Amino acid sequence: MSDNIRIVPDATCTFCGCVCDDMVLTVDLEHRRITKSENACVLGKAWFKEHGIEERPFALVGGREASTAEGVEAAAQILANAQFPVIYGLSDTTCEAQRVAVAIADMIGGNLDTTTSVCHGPTGIAFQAGGESTASLGEIKNRADLVVFWGGNPAEAHPRLFTRYAVTAKGMYIPNGKKDRTIVLVDVRRTPSTPVADIFIQVKPRSDFEVLWALRALVKGRKVDPSIEQRTGVSLAVLEDLAGRMKSCRYGALLFGMGLTMNRGRHFNAGALLALATDLNEFTHFVAKPVRGHGNVTGADNVVSWSTGFPFGVNFSRGYPRFNPGEFTTVDLLSRAEADAALIIASDPASNFPQAAIEHLKRIPVISLDPKLTHTGQISRVAFTTATYGINAPGTVYRMDDVPITLRPAFDSPYPSDEQVLAAIRDRVRELLGGNRPAISTRQPAAAAS
Amino acid sequence: MLRIVNGRVYDPANGVDGAVRDICVQDGKIVADPPPGARTIDARGMVVMPGGVDIHCHIAGPKVNLARKVQPEDHRHDVHPRTRFTRSGTGGTVPSTFATGYRYAAMGYTAAMEAAVTPLGARHTLEELHDTPVIDKGFFVLMGNNVLLFRLLQEGRREEFRQALAWWLAATKGYAPKLVNPGGDEMWKGERNANITDLDQKIGPFDLTPRKVIAEFIEAGNELGLPHPVHIHCNNLGHSGNYQTTLETMRMAEGRRAHITHIQFHSYGSVAGKSTDNPTSKAREIAEYVNTHPNISADVGAVMFGRSTSMTGDAPLAYMLRRFGGGKWVNADTEHESGCGIVPFTYQDRVYTNALQWAIGLELFLLSEDPWRMVFSTDHPNGGSFMSYPRLIRLLMDAEFRKEQMAKVNQQALEHSGLRDCQSREYTLSEIAIITRAAPARLLGLASKGHLGVGADADITIYEEDADKEKMFSTPRYVIKDGEPIIEDHEFRTDHEGRLLHVAPDYDQGIEQVIQPFFEDYYSIQFGNYPVADRYLHHHQTVPTAPQAAGSAASAV
Repeated sequence: MSDNIRIVPDATCTFCGCVCDDMVLTVDLEHRRITKSENACVLGKAWFKEHGIEERPFALVGGREASTAEGVEAAAQILANAQFPVIYGLSDTTCEAQRVAVAIADMIGGNLDTTTSVCHGPTGIAFQAGGESTASLGEIKNRADLVVFWGGNPAEAHPRLFTRYAVTAKGMYIPNGKKDRTIVLVDVRRTPSTPVADIFIQVKPRSDFEVLWALRALVKGRKVDPSIEQRTGVSLAVLEDLAGRMKSCRYGALLFGMGLTMNRGRHFNAGALLALATDLNEFTHFVAKPVRGHGNVTGADNVVSWSTGFPFGVNFSRGYPRFNPGEFTTVDLLSRAEADAALIIASDPASNFPQAAIEHLKRIPVISLDPKLTHTGQISRVAFTTATYGINAPGTVYRMDDVPITLRPAFDSPYPSDEQVLAAIRDRVRELLGGNRPAISTRQPAAAAS
Repeated sequence: MLRIVNGRVYDPANGVDGAVRDICVQDGKIVADPPPGARTIDARGMVVMPGGVDIHCHIAGPKVNLARKVQPEDHRHDVHPRTRFTRSGTGGTVPSTFATGYRYAAMGYTAAMEAAVTPLGARHTLEELHDTPVIDKGFFVLMGNNVLLFRLLQEGRREEFRQALAWWLAATKGYAPKLVNPGGDEMWKGERNANITDLDQKIGPFDLTPRKVIAEFIEAGNELGLPHPVHIHCNNLGHSGNYQTTLETMRMAEGRRAHITHIQFHSYGSVAGKSTDNPTSKAREIAEYVNTHPNISADVGAVMFGRSTSMTGDAPLAYMLRRFGGGKWVNADTEHESGCGIVPFTYQDRVYTNALQWAIGLELFLLSEDPWRMVFSTDHPNGGSFMSYPRLIRLLMDAEFRKEQMAKVNQQALEHSGLRDCQSREYTLSEIAIITRAAPARLLGLASKGHLGVGADADITIYEEDADKEKMFSTPRYVIKDGEPIIEDHEFRTDHEGRLLHVAPDYDQGIEQVIQPFFEDYYSIQFGNYPVADRYLHHHQTVPTAPQAAGSAASAV
């Protein structure tokens, strides 16, 4: 084997929330690229293949090429002088970088939000309302004899969810894999995931809530009117059959996607599904789990929660964390033209936010960190090129089931990590402000500042 | 460098009971003589104690974070603003990490042990503890429902069991093995939400009973010479009549060291002639057993009225509590390692069971004859928040106050407790110093904590004397951590990063040949990615293990 080839076993793919940690990477050190990614799915293979080192400036400041240090100075000046800075993104970077981002938001009294607010944020809200019964993916692999996928297309979005964790995976009490489980798929249309299902239930678009609520009623032994079929497209007999299977399995799992959360009903849908899983525990063991998208969006939820008590949509302007989705979620506050500066980490809102929000981003100084040149990078006052997490940068990521995994970078990048850039910005802002920006809690009613 | 003068010093580990002495500090340690140029703190009219040590609380890790996330309403009314140099956060019964560290420190505590962490969640816990400022901290590793350890025990592979136990502690950077309702989670996950009700019940598919599991863990923990051998949450927590299970569990130690945690929750009888429900107090029976068995130690797990959060590896218990809670319930299964349940809960003084639990906690303290082995806890936040510690101290020190409080609670519950029979006792300041710092440190095997002798960590709390002990213990005037005044005149003067306390027991590397194939078949992460790397430790201290003769007890004064 050439000196310039390195094999990295037990490497982790951070493309999606599956965070598979069984990659065997072959690295061409001379050309700084991954030539083979054994065990990766089609998405993972593309992820590893497309993240070589591109010749890009370390930073662009006002469109001019600059060093990282010059970028840090410009970014720190923007943040130290902003009245209502917003920090957003964070789901495609390490927990170590996320922790520094939270520290900056706290120090400057900014607004902190993650991409959770545009994906499973409604699930987070539903969780706050009632809790959930959940499990690590290994429990589903080892025990689940009934798995219901709802509002998602794992075959294309999370391919190894089927093979590694929840369908064909063999486990302690599921020795024959798929033969020992019943797979149900509920969606508004057939997708490449449909063939995996033993039972496919097609619901009319925008009627998930009604179907879930009818199932809750049936599970509790209540009567459901057959007219449910006209409303939802699913016959009472099909629902009764599913409710019966759910009650009689030994260990059931409901895995749901954004078809439920970014649809009519949003957190009501997620809440209905979580409540259904909870109800089923009167009869058997049942768990539910949102299928998360970005590689470390679950880490972002965890870091922001342990730092502030709230998972996303947090504002520090009064000197302490406040949570209010709709008010402090980034799409909403940008659309209302409220922020006067933005620090965007590992996310590309300029390519996927509503137009009003993008228009406001174009009006304010934006700082962005990304390995690639993004739309957001192109409208940024300061755009940093950073190392790709998991491929070049070390750190920790949380799988969709809250299991933390340590990354094993494949090769060095000439670019700094998000964590390094953010730490430099934090230190410089602290110098400029002389410490944390004073809390304005003196202006609050005494009760609020206890 | 510091010299604390004129204060009344309570340092029971060194036999100092309120004498006025100088305490000198250099390089983060207590020294004999004042270092040249030392700053003097005049503690006239004040009480000087070692920093508080919490032997059992739930402050960091996966289940704590779920409990935080599920209660935004609990944070909103109790915010923790940032200062120039300290971070902001939120409080409630499950505060954010930063608020947790600062609030413990502001109450004079300088060390705390997170009591229940799944091995798979160790990395997460270490990240949270790194964001928990000021205090030193460690965590106990959940092992009482570990499928591989069950298999080794079932097959009689005792030596490999012991090696695997050591490997797991080392791999997670944990502090001590923790048993929670041994066998119960397997029944919960694998048998349609069943539970263990008897020490001799078969654990699901295993040819194994809780009795066997507990006995083997006690033996192995003692043989490995762990500073804190095994921390046991007994079976049947919260159930009427469970005191028999607790007594039986303690007997199993057969003279070897074992720590029974939140023993209040395990001291219930049942109303004579009634087959179910209403519990009664068996505090006297439990206290008597502990009093007469020097190998056994316990923390009380007192219940305080008001909001709490029940969070436990005992998933069936949380499901039972769900009936009484506010409607929210979290269950979280961790493959091969544990279950977990979370229920926000309010203890009400008018409710029979809650008042009885409150009374039993106090009874256990008041009946204890050896404060070195019956130590302070509320099982934060299960029995109540750590913020209620000063009130609990007042309940123990002030019989008049206790009497006033007793008048307000459900009187039928008091009838079924023995609290009225022991209510005249008042804890002294020295006894408080034992149960809140000296004894927890000793039971944890932390030689340099819980006292103010030469060589000890300079973790010092200085309280202004006050007849109102709740007020006195709520707001120390000075808190010194590692020799540095963190709080002066009741205000933070600087930030501080505490140490992570962990053990690193020796084990035979060959045990990995036993563990790895199990991972490859049944875990969802790679064996190579499971052990926690040293870099998660940050500022840390490895507490040594030492082989220990069987039957040696926690030394008494």
